[in-house]
Amino acid sequence: MSERRIGVYICYCGGNISDFVEVEKVRDAIENEEGVKVAKTTMFACSDAAQQEMINDIHEHKLDGLVVASCSPTLHTFTFRGVAERAGLNPYQYVQVNVREQVSWAHTDLKEQATEKAIYMVKAGIAKVRLTQPLKKTRIDTVPRTLVIGAGISGLRAAIAHSDLGISAFVIEKSDRIGGWVSEFGKMYPHNRLGSDLITELSEEIKKRENIHIYTEAEILTKSGSVGDFDVKIKVKNEEISLNVGSIIVATGFVSYQPSEGEYAYGADGVLTLPDFKELIDNSKGEIIYQGKPVKNVTYIYCVGSRDSSGEKGHAYCSRYCCNAAIHASLVANDISSELNQFHIYRDIRTYGKYELLYREALQNGAIFIKFDEASPPRVEKSNGRFNVQVKDVLTFGEEIEIESDLVVLVTAMEPRENKAMNDVLKLPVSLDGFFKEIHPKLRPVETVIDGVLIAGTSQAPRNSAESVAMSLAATSKSASLLMKGYVELEPLIAMVNEDTCVWCGKCSEACPYSAIEKISSGEKEIAAINTAQCKGCGCCVPVCPENALAIKGYTDEQIRAMIDAMEVLL
Amino acid sequence: MEKGGGTAGEQSPQRVLIFSTVFISDVGIDLAGSSHMRYPPSSIAIPLPCSSGIKPEWILYALQHGFDGVFIAADGTDCPFVPDCTSRTAKIVDDGQKLLIEHDIKPERLKMAAVCSVCAEPFVKHMKNFQESLKKLGPTQGAD
Repeated sequence: MSERRIGVYICYCGGNISDFVEVEKVRDAIENEEGVKVAKTTMFACSDAAQQEMINDIHEHKLDGLVVASCSPTLHTFTFRGVAERAGLNPYQYVQVNVREQVSWAHTDLKEQATEKAIYMVKAGIAKVRLTQPLKKTRIDTVPRTLVIGAGISGLRAAIAHSDLGISAFVIEKSDRIGGWVSEFGKMYPHNRLGSDLITELSEEIKKRENIHIYTEAEILTKSGSVGDFDVKIKVKNEEISLNVGSIIVATGFVSYQPSEGEYAYGADGVLTLPDFKELIDNSKGEIIYQGKPVKNVTYIYCVGSRDSSGEKGHAYCSRYCCNAAIHASLVANDISSELNQFHIYRDIRTYGKYELLYREALQNGAIFIKFDEASPPRVEKSNGRFNVQVKDVLTFGEEIEIESDLVVLVTAMEPRENKAMNDVLKLPVSLDGFFKEIHPKLRPVETVIDGVLIAGTSQAPRNSAESVAMSLAATSKSASLLMKGYVELEPLIAMVNEDTCVWCGKCSEACPYSAIEKISSGEKEIAAINTAQCKGCGCCVPVCPENALAIKGYTDEQIRAMIDAMEVLL
Repeated sequence: MEKGGGTAGEQSPQRVLIFSTVFISDVGIDLAGSSHMRYPPSSIAIPLPCSSGIKPEWILYALQHGFDGVFIAADGTDCPFVPDCTSRTAKIVDDGQKLLIEHDIKPERLKMAAVCSVCAEPFVKHMKNFQESLKKLGPTQGAD
């Protein structure tokens, strides 16, 4: 018999669970399970009263394990870990069983089966708790300093925001100047302020602060330590500098898609990418002159390099910023020369939110919008110094339209910047699109699986400057919440090695994406050792071990088998 | 237990163990429930950190201990840990199917599909389709 003393609480969730699951029947089915000392139902397990009741029970019955069958663990894992901690119970001896999202709400028409499923799941939860060990988080004192990689608008804004909160910021920038793309831009949407002015403003703010240090022509060389206390080495020109920081914000930006030679006649004089066109109009006054000739007709071709995975260079994703940016550029061009004829050849116009106003203004100014089909892209031919753009207009049932143009502007995609050297150091996950990947786009949008390394701006995905700054401030909030507390605690649900069975073959180390496994000597043999600060608990090392010597704490062989066994009994 | 795993009155629910992932596919399975999408209640999930960490031995163990099928709700390209999660998980499926064959269990009892955090509808479809294909195989009773 188990010597464990487990408390089990099954939640009604005010009817969300109990309307479709016979909660009392679940309690009756599990109350005599091995090790169960307390089995109760509760109207709202997350209520203060229910939490206090659990704490009282843990004290009174000397419980050493806790199971709460309620909603999704994404909602209340930390709530009930907190209950356990307040009662003096190790929080990793608590298991949450999801009988709401995965039972009552999914099987609303099958109460009997839903009840039985809930019973299996609670029994499996009890079986898992029975095999839990007290685990201890690793506590690390944090240093109130951050490293910002990239001195574009996102990186600079993050540095200032950290400074505002009393956290020192070291900003490293690969190029020889700060400001990134925005410093090169003239009028930007939606406010029509000059990009160069925005960067100057941020630069002036930085000069006022003693706790921001900027290094240009700098890159990261090494990183060690963990969240809250990273030791990084950077190279600034030819000098190496060591820094000790608590967090790292990656804001390395994007590169603009470079069309292939001949793609929509690219390479011919007069076929420009959107950044090139912006530069042209930013430097134009009175009228737009290209290579000595006044420009009368401009044709924009959208989605160049975006939403196209068929070619060698195209990208399946929508670059998101470009419809707005192209239409705004056309408005700026119209302000310079209202005589200009402008033609927008698009697949779909995605001027979302308030940017719809830009689209409306362009229409009101007389711009012509022509929709083409992906299967029938426009063709661009050069003759007599001008361009003949031919397009089938979807909205007039395939009518062939020819446009004589002085300039053809290719509305080009945002591409991820090549960051191999940096990422060999940081080891951040990268999406298939090539951008850095957050843990979850909605629930943890600026965090990466490397604790303390946060992503911002267009290093994460195509977006405009306002959205980039919003994300850099979100990353700052997350960074500050780690650093201002003074310490962080690392999750203990990481890999562990059975030293008796490990014979060091190195396969685990090869499989580990975080270089968290190294070879050490143990007595007369060599074995694998886990770097607890580096390991993220993914478990990639577990199935590759031929000696069965690795496991993730909380997901051991014994626990998985016990959960399956617990469900077999009923099945 | 009511047979059919979806609608009252049907016969023989096929018992499916789902290995889901904490950050991604379990969130998608939750969304199916939150959206009141129905799938067979004989499907039960055990969440793990990442589908690249599943041991083929667990798959065999489940099929030898009461389950008729194992469905790996993989992280796919959304995996927050490794960019090549799909190929790593596919290797586990490959190894798992070989292990099943060695133990006289049909490899079709193991299925893998990427389930993203908003893939409620595809998940439900996978569950229903897998249920149907398992029905043709019948219960395992430890071996085929």
